[in-house]
Amino acid sequence: MTAMLETRGLKAFYGDFQALFGVDIAVAKGETVAIIGANGAGKTSLMRAISGVLTSEPGMVVYRDEPIGALAAPDVLARGIAMVPEGRRLFPSLTVEENLLIGAYGRKGQGPWTLESVYELFPILRERRNNPATALSGGQQQMVAIGRALMSNPDVLLCDEISLGLAPVVVRDIYAAFPRIRATGASMVIVEQDIAQALKVATQVYCLMEGRVTLSGRPEVLTREQIHQAYFGAPRHELH
Amino acid sequence: MSFIDTIVQGVLLGGLYALFAAGLSLVFGIMRLVNLAHGDLIVLAAFLILLLTSALGLNPFLAALIAAPLMFLTGWGLQYFVLNRTLGKDVLPPLLVTFGISIVLQNGLLEAFSADSRRVSIGALESASIGVGSLNIGLMPLMTFLSALAVIFGLNQLIYRTALGRAFRATSDDIVTAGLMGIRPQRVFAMATGLAMVVVTIAALYLGTRANFDPTSGPSRLIYAFEAVIIGGLGSLWGTLAGGVILGVAQTLGAAVNPEWQILAGHLAFLTVLVIKPRGLFPRAVD
Repeated sequence: MTAMLETRGLKAFYGDFQALFGVDIAVAKGETVAIIGANGAGKTSLMRAISGVLTSEPGMVVYRDEPIGALAAPDVLARGIAMVPEGRRLFPSLTVEENLLIGAYGRKGQGPWTLESVYELFPILRERRNNPATALSGGQQQMVAIGRALMSNPDVLLCDEISLGLAPVVVRDIYAAFPRIRATGASMVIVEQDIAQALKVATQVYCLMEGRVTLSGRPEVLTREQIHQAYFGAPRHELH
Repeated sequence: MSFIDTIVQGVLLGGLYALFAAGLSLVFGIMRLVNLAHGDLIVLAAFLILLLTSALGLNPFLAALIAAPLMFLTGWGLQYFVLNRTLGKDVLPPLLVTFGISIVLQNGLLEAFSADSRRVSIGALESASIGVGSLNIGLMPLMTFLSALAVIFGLNQLIYRTALGRAFRATSDDIVTAGLMGIRPQRVFAMATGLAMVVVTIAALYLGTRANFDPTSGPSRLIYAFEAVIIGGLGSLWGTLAGGVILGVAQTLGAAVNPEWQILAGHLAFLTVLVIKPRGLFPRAVD
């Protein structure tokens, strides 16, 4: 499969601090790529660099053969890459519906996602449409954040730590929406600390450690030992 | 009856102060920028209206209609090319830069129009009044107040009912995430300042037709605007109207006791509100 979105030797910096040291990942159309790794591995930095929150050299992020590494976030979104940021980052002075509508602000043209189809995906949001977004439960807020990103009708959806801080049953409900998102033909890149969840939904997995890719492959061929080694940097020892 | 008359005059005067303050409140509410040149920009707009009325013989209302888009462009450009560069975590750069702009504007106007005190003539409307019971209400003060109501209602509709308004609020909440939604904060801020300058033009129309002004009149207008914004609660537009009215009523009551106390009474009312409610009467829930 040819890649729709690629990072090529991606380096990212926060001032003088280097977070990524030459990361290569490739995302094909319709594929779900999971990025796993421990805290501080560079997962969020990778998402921020792809989405334009952190800029890099132009050719370090390539989308549909166009170098987009140096583009700012609104320009990246305009090309069809939307992000669900870590911690949801809903707008507190906007209602649920307004948060969803603001997701369509940078939209160009039509697509499968409208207010109506987002409400069909997450029916609880229709009931809460006029509530302040931050008055919702964590899981419902995450639904708003995903719906908000979908409202731009993205071709690539980046999801950063969407299960963080949520109860397993809530996480299951949110992941239950993924097949419908994929059915629109969108590719997904998910950053996930819950390895089991990531392996379940992904078609390709990359493991990051200290800003570098330490392992990649299809989830069905990766062994627990390989993942453990790549995740922690040490072989797995059974406890006796 | 004269007490009621004083209160009514104060409320109507409050409309003028609310107009001075609405633009300041809008800009502060969206980008937390305190524009020290706001008063001078009102005076600039008043001179622009004066220029259009004297050079082209236009009616001041028509002149304001022409001045408004020019002021919008001035505000847009000022924000986009200058003030956006000063925004950040540090609050000092925008204060210093707008203070500098204030001095440049005052001296520029002094150079162009001399230090003479001016007024925009509006003919018979200046002294026209309508009788309500035993009260005589000046038509211009009434129009000023109704304009303030219309401006604040209009701005609220814009902020709470339109896509641009949502972008204003979202950018004010979280500038990084707003970028992820496709919002370009630099342009949103420029639009906000442009709109504020349209409000400034309306304020300038009533300033210029109701009172004398000269190139150095700006800072005292800025003080009234600040007081109205702070009394109302920072960033709340209806609060700003309430702030303007409180200031206006305090001034007319003070003047009724002793004409020398007019300005002092306004400042005392401002300080009293600050002591009782340091965050203003209607502070925003999220700051």
